[in-house]
Amino acid sequence: MSISREEVEKVSLLGRLLLGPGELEKMTSQMGQILDYMHLLSEVDTENVEPMAHALDLTNVLRDDTPGVSLPRDEALAAAPHRDDECFLVPAVLGDP
Amino acid sequence: MSTPHKVVIGLEVHVQLDTRTKLFCSCSTQFGAPPNTQTCPLCIGMPGTLPVMNRRALELGMKAALALNCEIPRFTKWDRKNYYYPDLPKGYQISQFDLPMSCDGYLPISDAKGRFEPKRVGIIRAHLEEDAGKSMHAEAAGKADSRIDLNRCGTPLLEIVSEPDMRSAEEAKAFLTELKLLLVYLGVSDCNMQEGSLRVDANINLHVDTSEGTKATPIVEVKNMNSFRAVERALAYEIVRQTEAWEETHTELGGPGGFKTTRGWDESAQVTRPQRTKEESSDYRYFPEPDLVPVTVTEDQIEQSRQSLGELPAALRTRLEATYEITPYDSDVLVNQGRALVDYYIELAEACGDGKQAANWVQQDVLRTLNERQIPVEQFPVSAAALAPLLEKVRCGKLDANRGREVLAGMVELGRGLEDVMREMGIAEVDDSALETLCRELLEANPKIVADLKAGKQKAVGGLIGQAKKQNPNVNPGKVRQLCLELVEKM
Ligand SMILES: [Zn+2]
Repeated sequence: MSISREEVEKVSLLGRLLLGPGELEKMTSQMGQILDYMHLLSEVDTENVEPMAHALDLTNVLRDDTPGVSLPRDEALAAAPHRDDECFLVPAVLGDP
Repeated sequence: MSTPHKVVIGLEVHVQLDTRTKLFCSCSTQFGAPPNTQTCPLCIGMPGTLPVMNRRALELGMKAALALNCEIPRFTKWDRKNYYYPDLPKGYQISQFDLPMSCDGYLPISDAKGRFEPKRVGIIRAHLEEDAGKSMHAEAAGKADSRIDLNRCGTPLLEIVSEPDMRSAEEAKAFLTELKLLLVYLGVSDCNMQEGSLRVDANINLHVDTSEGTKATPIVEVKNMNSFRAVERALAYEIVRQTEAWEETHTELGGPGGFKTTRGWDESAQVTRPQRTKEESSDYRYFPEPDLVPVTVTEDQIEQSRQSLGELPAALRTRLEATYEITPYDSDVLVNQGRALVDYYIELAEACGDGKQAANWVQQDVLRTLNERQIPVEQFPVSAAALAPLLEKVRCGKLDANRGREVLAGMVELGRGLEDVMREMGIAEVDDSALETLCRELLEANPKIVADLKAGKQKAVGGLIGQAKKQNPNVNPGKVRQLCLELVEKM
């Protein structure tokens, strides 16, 4: 198995995913299978292959620095679970000033 | 703030690039707009949106990197830095990880007062990334929610990371001052700290010589410093704190309890305090950004950018010192005030023909007025061409310096030319024959003073100067003094 239960626990914490005990087992096993499968790639000889930075063979897609139209505030806030007239509201952020 | 140990300081500076729009969408970056009025589906992280890179941000980043003597790799790409925070709606920041747009540069620093030796501070890298939004915390009791404004989300930043090359708080401040000046000269950023256009984090520790070799104290990352002065003070505080901590515990970096920590500067208490540390850097799980294609840069583009840099502060100081024979201190003061003031100075120095005198007047009278009125030099009511003849009159003694200052004040006040103002203020140049007549009369009327002067009591001439000024306020005291002494000599 290429991923440990502890690693899955840590990744779920970083991803803010709360996994129950059963789910943790299941994820460890499924993620392990996925990683094992991806491991097939290591059998390919990549000695003389340049690392790929992007799947598309495109570079330099740039735009001009010209302002466009932003959303009306009410629309920007429309999907927020909690909001006031101006802002998104979130539970108080701990620890930081 | 002294320590017997070697101080090691590295800085991480984020500057906001002076673009009109955000890094990956066309929302405005204008400061001060009402909360959440400069957002779009992309910068608030809606699914299905795709970022498109701002060309101008790339150009500004390259200018800054070249001015910092950095290498510009021909290929650069984007990466996702993953972390959860309410002001980062996507759950990741688009940044650059393993292939930044520039690296391996340096910035020379020196101190006009000679408090440290001139040196080069290495630049590890300068890369582009997007800013997060802003969290505001309601202080009122019972209001537990934080308010989030996403206007700033996606604003282009250049993160500049220095080598740990600074050895004192003064050097760190000098680096920041020079960096800011450079970026402002380049037009890359306004570097306004109040508006968040320039932010600094510092890493600091000590290298201690012991009988068992050199030991490093745990590295502290210092945050929340809202001015260069705060940076200087926070670092000075850390130097003392870490010196004491070493004496007490001998905790080493990498040893038991010797991990890197984060501390925040408390401006009101003038101390640093421990902060909760975010995930370790490996936990950001960087991976290549699939939504943005890489950027390639050609020799031609780099050369074009290099040509567009213009005259930078260090070169400008050297030129002023060489051309106008002013001191490094003077050139430093002038150049630090910005290009517009330097241009004013150059025009004045050229027109009046005395670089040193022009430097004095600009630093004292012009700068004082600008500060008092809180105006830029472009709005100074007296042009360099109008000020030059006044300086010439003072230099050749037709006006004494104090009288000259009054005339300048009058020109500023009335917004009129030199001759006009002198007439208005009743100031007339005193020609040499009138001055001689006046001095002769005074000597005749004051035999006691003449006797004292003959007896070698040079101080007595003060009485004559006083009387001369009463009779004609326009006389130059220095000239009266010189002429009276000459006349007495001949008597
Ligand atoms: Zn936007």
